[in-house]
Amino acid sequence: MENFETYRHDVLVIGSGGAGLRAAIEAAAAGVSVAVICRSLLGKAHTVMAEGGVAAALANVDDRDSWKVHFADTMRGGQYLNNWRMAELHAKEAPDRVRELEAWGAVFDRTEDGRILQRNFGGHKYPRLAHVGDRTGLEMIRTLQDHTIHQNVDVYQEYTIVALLNDGNQIVGAFGYDREKGRFKVFKAKAVIIATGGMGRIYKISSNSWDCTGGGISLAYHAGAELIDMEFVQFHPTGMVWPPSVRGLLITEGVRGEGGVLRNNQGRRFMFDDIPELYKGQTSTDEEEGWRYTQGDKNAKRPPELLTRDHVARCITREIKEGRGSPHGGVFLDIAWIKEKISNAPEHIKRKLPSMYHQFKELAGVDITKEPMEVGPTTHYIMGGVRVDADSQMTSVPGLFAAGECAAGLHGANRLGGNSLSDLLVFGQRAGAHAAIYAKENGESKINDSQVEELSRWALDPFERATKGGAENPFQIQTDLQEEMQKLVGIVRIEKELAEAIDKIDGFKERIGRSGCGGNRGYNPGWHTAMELKHMITVAEAITRAAKERKESRGGHFREDFPQKSDELGKVNISISKGAGDKMEIKHLPKAKVREDLQQIIEEMK
Amino acid sequence: MAKVLFNIWRTTGSGDGEFQEYKTEITEGMVVLDAVHHIQAEHANDLAVRWNCKAGKCGSCSAEINGHPKLMCMTRMSDMPEGKPITIQPLKAFPIIKDLVTDVSINYKIKKKIKKFKPRPPDAADGTWRMAQSDIDRVQEFRKCIECFLCQDVCHVLREHHLHENEKFVGPRHLVYAAALEMHPLDVEDRTGDLKDQHGIGFCNITKCCTTVCPENIVITDNAIIPLKERVADKFYDPLMKLFRIFK
Repeated sequence: MENFETYRHDVLVIGSGGAGLRAAIEAAAAGVSVAVICRSLLGKAHTVMAEGGVAAALANVDDRDSWKVHFADTMRGGQYLNNWRMAELHAKEAPDRVRELEAWGAVFDRTEDGRILQRNFGGHKYPRLAHVGDRTGLEMIRTLQDHTIHQNVDVYQEYTIVALLNDGNQIVGAFGYDREKGRFKVFKAKAVIIATGGMGRIYKISSNSWDCTGGGISLAYHAGAELIDMEFVQFHPTGMVWPPSVRGLLITEGVRGEGGVLRNNQGRRFMFDDIPELYKGQTSTDEEEGWRYTQGDKNAKRPPELLTRDHVARCITREIKEGRGSPHGGVFLDIAWIKEKISNAPEHIKRKLPSMYHQFKELAGVDITKEPMEVGPTTHYIMGGVRVDADSQMTSVPGLFAAGECAAGLHGANRLGGNSLSDLLVFGQRAGAHAAIYAKENGESKINDSQVEELSRWALDPFERATKGGAENPFQIQTDLQEEMQKLVGIVRIEKELAEAIDKIDGFKERIGRSGCGGNRGYNPGWHTAMELKHMITVAEAITRAAKERKESRGGHFREDFPQKSDELGKVNISISKGAGDKMEIKHLPKAKVREDLQQIIEEMK
Repeated sequence: MAKVLFNIWRTTGSGDGEFQEYKTEITEGMVVLDAVHHIQAEHANDLAVRWNCKAGKCGSCSAEINGHPKLMCMTRMSDMPEGKPITIQPLKAFPIIKDLVTDVSINYKIKKKIKKFKPRPPDAADGTWRMAQSDIDRVQEFRKCIECFLCQDVCHVLREHHLHENEKFVGPRHLVYAAALEMHPLDVEDRTGDLKDQHGIGFCNITKCCTTVCPENIVITDNAIIPLKERVADKFYDPLMKLFRIFK
């Protein structure tokens, strides 16, 4: 057996985005030895792309805000499929987690009286998103990065984990490689935290980074952890649609928060045409009132452009489908129009939305202070993921924790904008604290050498297959998978296509088994992709099976053949775990009853 | 649309390298990174390129395109001279790992040596601070930095004289980092001594190349480095202040 370099840590954090770094900081503060695995360089994780802000009921801009309103907004946005305890913890702890970032050097935009400024966002009743222009994610990850490097944390940059190691009862570590040379590495750990983010890259049109292949969700699944809510994928309503090479790139909801409006090719603000029952009471039916809301009028109701993302994305899809779309297959998002309302509009737009201005100018040749943007839905986020205990973030596998996008529960059927950055902080912190406790209470277990040997053989298979000839190009398989997922398991779903997708997934598995790569083990993207396909297909299958199982429409999951909500399915979360013969086992988990005082809050704020 | 010829630096078996020619189809709106991805998928699965967001936000895909340090994801093919081959090579200031990927780890080591943020005690009883927007505008400019290290690549003190390798000069990126800390309204740490003695601020002779290549348009030299030089000069070289300090 090749003698693999072995590292020992109490807590191993896989993933170096917001959740991973926040977890590492907390675990290190508890005095255990901590390692963070960065798939890329430190500070480059997908968190860097978050734009609009981090949601926390600081009540700096509107003193009517409180954790209770944030809690109720989150539950309503998630169509009550959320884990209520996570929603409670999140709403209560987010303000402290944001203030803590300021103590670590973050520089948020300010109110007139010098406090952290907050902005409006879809589904949030009051201005709640602490932000830095439209580059909040960069500010957060840099703050966490610069804080982490002065803590007692070992950072492994450009390392990839291939599989988790367990001894049958609990997690004992992980197996992976360094990208530079492709040398295999064994990490021994008493507790492992998965903080690997999302899976947007299994779709063709996506706002996500290269890393977002669903890796951690798949690692946990193959280690025996239970997944829930995998059918709930968030398609962000506003991605770029032109030029083709940037299709899917995110346009922050902040554009609408600052007064941007959606129009079809007839110039109509179509969002007024369909306002859901749950939101009728708090949505304006008057354009003028909607504008006043975005400018901070506390008596005005919000414009329908700021309805939840699932709904806005579907309305846009409807406009496009019915022939009222823009030239490149989107609709128009117009912020330039505010020049009718304020005198220095171009400067105002550039100051509030600098990245958006830059992005359109550089990549599409469009000046957003003068003309409207063309936008359409893009795969953005997965509400589902690894099932965790609300308080500790431990998964169904002892010693294995998950936090951030790869964990499930907080967002239910649909996530509100801004709730993911607060999710990272709140549950990253909790995962770090509880993993440290777990590591202190449990000894090191033995790693099974034969498991490691088998994994190393598996990892080298793609080279073997290439030498034998007739191997498939891993990049081609990846592109084809992205196409099929986009076509068959996208924003509008139907039984026939989901069944077709399941069939195709079997075909893809077979092709993946034939994928091969040339070259050597040093920094070889073909090889990395060949290994990554295992994760991508696992997550694609889980999403498809869960989507097929939920025969209703709710939140991010829309079934054309079952367009209504079902009372029965509204009472369950769909769970997926690895069953006998490596088959996915699907279960309906009855929702836990909401604690009485919290139920009362929900009722009061309906 | 037309096929375009690329000359891409590839590491060879012996560890050296050479330019290799690739042709790929260019369609409307493509950026250089798209073309590299096409080449990778069609002709060279093992072509090493570092990238993450393809949106100009993570700063991973830095390279030298026709000799200019740029982000591959923000360089549009339509801005390239028509009918001419496009040359892509790795950053010159850092050791090559493979193909277009360089070892930028020195930057992470340097950053760790700059004294960390140290805030004054909170202003309010609830543990929070008050800062005016006008007082943080400059710091926010510096905090736009995406750590692409193009400024480090183009700086002749690093590129030609390699003064980062023995850590004599931290380079423009880290002077911007130090400036963001020094000008942070809450920060009470003093880094001027370190800037002079450890971080080698005197090596910068203000050629402003770093400012020219910054994809975030941070005015590195004028807004960050020169004010830091002034602070160092005020503290250590101002004869009046020296007298004042003696009599104090």
